[in-house]
Amino acid sequence: MRVSVTRRALIPLAAAAMATALAGCGSQISDPASANSTASSGSSCVDTSGSSVKVGFINSLSGTMAISENTVFDSLSLAAEEINAAGGVMGKQLEVISEDGASEPTKFAERAGKLIQQDCTAAVFGGWTSSSRKAMLPVFEANDALLFYPVQYEGLEASKNIFYTGATTNQQIIPALDYLAEQGTKSIFLVGSDYVFPRTANKIIQAYAKAHGMEVLGEEYAPLGSTEFSTIVNKVRDSKADAVFNTLNGDSNVAFFRQYKSVGLTAASMPVVSVSIAEEEVPGVGLENVEGQLTAWDYYQTLDTPANKKFVAAFKAKFGADRVTSDPMEAAYTSLYLWKAMVEKAGSFEVDKVQAAAGGVTFEAPEGTVTVDGENNHITKTPRIGKINSEGLIETVWSSPKAVEPDPFLASYDWAKDLAK
Amino acid sequence: MELLIGQMFAGLSLGSVLLLAALGLSLTFGQMGVINMAHGEFMMAGAYTAFVVQRSISDAGISLLVSIPVGFLVGGLLGLVLEAVLLRRMYHRPLDTLLVTFGVALILQQAARDIFGAPSVDVRAPAWLQGNVELLGAPIPLTRLFILLLSLVCLAGLVVVLKGTPLGRRIRAVVLNRDLAETSGISTRRTDQLTFFIGSGLAGVAGVAVTLIGSTGPYLGTNYIVDAFLVVVAGGVGQIKGAVIAAFALGVLQSVFEFSTTASIGKVLILVLIVVFLQLRPQGIFSLKTRSLA
Repeated sequence: MRVSVTRRALIPLAAAAMATALAGCGSQISDPASANSTASSGSSCVDTSGSSVKVGFINSLSGTMAISENTVFDSLSLAAEEINAAGGVMGKQLEVISEDGASEPTKFAERAGKLIQQDCTAAVFGGWTSSSRKAMLPVFEANDALLFYPVQYEGLEASKNIFYTGATTNQQIIPALDYLAEQGTKSIFLVGSDYVFPRTANKIIQAYAKAHGMEVLGEEYAPLGSTEFSTIVNKVRDSKADAVFNTLNGDSNVAFFRQYKSVGLTAASMPVVSVSIAEEEVPGVGLENVEGQLTAWDYYQTLDTPANKKFVAAFKAKFGADRVTSDPMEAAYTSLYLWKAMVEKAGSFEVDKVQAAAGGVTFEAPEGTVTVDGENNHITKTPRIGKINSEGLIETVWSSPKAVEPDPFLASYDWAKDLAK
Repeated sequence: MELLIGQMFAGLSLGSVLLLAALGLSLTFGQMGVINMAHGEFMMAGAYTAFVVQRSISDAGISLLVSIPVGFLVGGLLGLVLEAVLLRRMYHRPLDTLLVTFGVALILQQAARDIFGAPSVDVRAPAWLQGNVELLGAPIPLTRLFILLLSLVCLAGLVVVLKGTPLGRRIRAVVLNRDLAETSGISTRRTDQLTFFIGSGLAGVAGVAVTLIGSTGPYLGTNYIVDAFLVVVAGGVGQIKGAVIAAFALGVLQSVFEFSTTASIGKVLILVLIVVFLQLRPQGIFSLKTRSLA
């Protein structure tokens, strides 16, 4: 006789099923428990005696972040190829060793340790999420090695072992608010994903709004990956705010913009400023859903600089005409050239000499001339507000008159005094 | 008032999405006792079906209507293959089906990434579903209305099949008492296959529907699988009407909680509520009365 399981017994099993599914989601954003397990102090083993020097790329080539980080990897590869074709760094060809961070902070920490200690790379490039950077930070500090991090982030950090080539808050979020204020925006509604970057960004936005007489009519967070925005969109619509500030991450943007549009809200009636939608993300979100909406970055593919034309043409030649370039990709490309310039100025691959030489190093980047700030290891950047056009590219509608000095702790803003604490 | 109506509709609409996602599961999990973690990936397959169909039929309206039956077939066939290759070997080992189907879910996600690329793809909504109708000043999105109707049509279809056809009678007989059904000459093997085909097919239809509101990517299924299980468990395993009530109740309650607090807190409150409810009534809203000696 067949034995069957009672229906009652299925319930705990279903609970187990859910726990499995939840655990699967959790691992993507969890913080590493053993971030510095691979770290140990020891003198550098970088070998510069031969005709080549090793550099490490660490990107998520698998997992949820692979969408974004693969593009950064492509862009880094292009820069390495160009540098090698032009004679390398101080006459030495770059030998790239690539590691997969697999969208997991612990993996980033472990692989970074391998790149430093086993592969003896002279510098490491990559990382995307703040949790991956935070996981790698102790590894680079303990080994006194160099990481170049190419993505805009929430600021409030400056390690001497990390060079931040993406925007900090005063090069992206604050200029976006300045732009809105300039446009006569009196009230805003904040929508974000529920994790560290949007919450930190919104704290800054709240402080800014308070100091500048702007009214924040609502602050709503959706769980990461959420696709249900009916209620949030109803609240936004009901608030009658002048504009929406969007810090949603990833696929939630698709659901948000579709549902935003379906209750009759448009770029004309209530514009949305997004800080995580770049050229790469537009097709996935659906051009018809975001056309005419605003973005805040420091680089767009449409920028009319000679360096950018060369970058875009080289990228399309290598990876295909249908590929686009975005802000983090440009920042990654720039980071490899900045390291080259630092090494050449220092006349050495040694970490302490490169660090000492870093301040003031400049590069003619696709976004314009960037200069390394020796105090906080960030770079100057030119904030730009863009509008998504009918081809899915982003046109600059406003640009900062000059490059903005990095200020990760917002020390130069009176209203931000309480934030850095 | 306007906001209240908007919110009430948001609740119903969320309920209809939950119902669509859970309807197939209430067949495969509820009736057959298979914990199919790949149910969400069958939805994803349905969603990508909508994308593929739209590539060959450029008119978004026609392609949507074509996608629904095609999505049903794609989901159903995937289900059949899964059933024939793996599940039939482990009908009496629910914990093993949990692990095996979880593995299958990961394989399907990776397959989607390899075939369609990691970034989400865009499935356009037809022109006649863009915009909204006004109900006492509140905008009712047409896509939401469409999904609500589609879920009701699927529900009606399922009820007709279960209650009014020989196949439905066989399915119910097998659920009530598998051994007796078998001795009465019903091919339980064939019934299992057909049940699994229909259940998985409904997941495919749900997948086509959710392309109208969210993104279409390899992880689409993971957004819905937990909610779908919650609906089935809260409704009472094996009970279609329980799933219907649970889906709409959860939808409305979540909208209310989310509106009065925040999206994250709303989700927490819903989970707390379900935990408390299952403590008081572990069998769910309805329970199946059976004389089988299980």
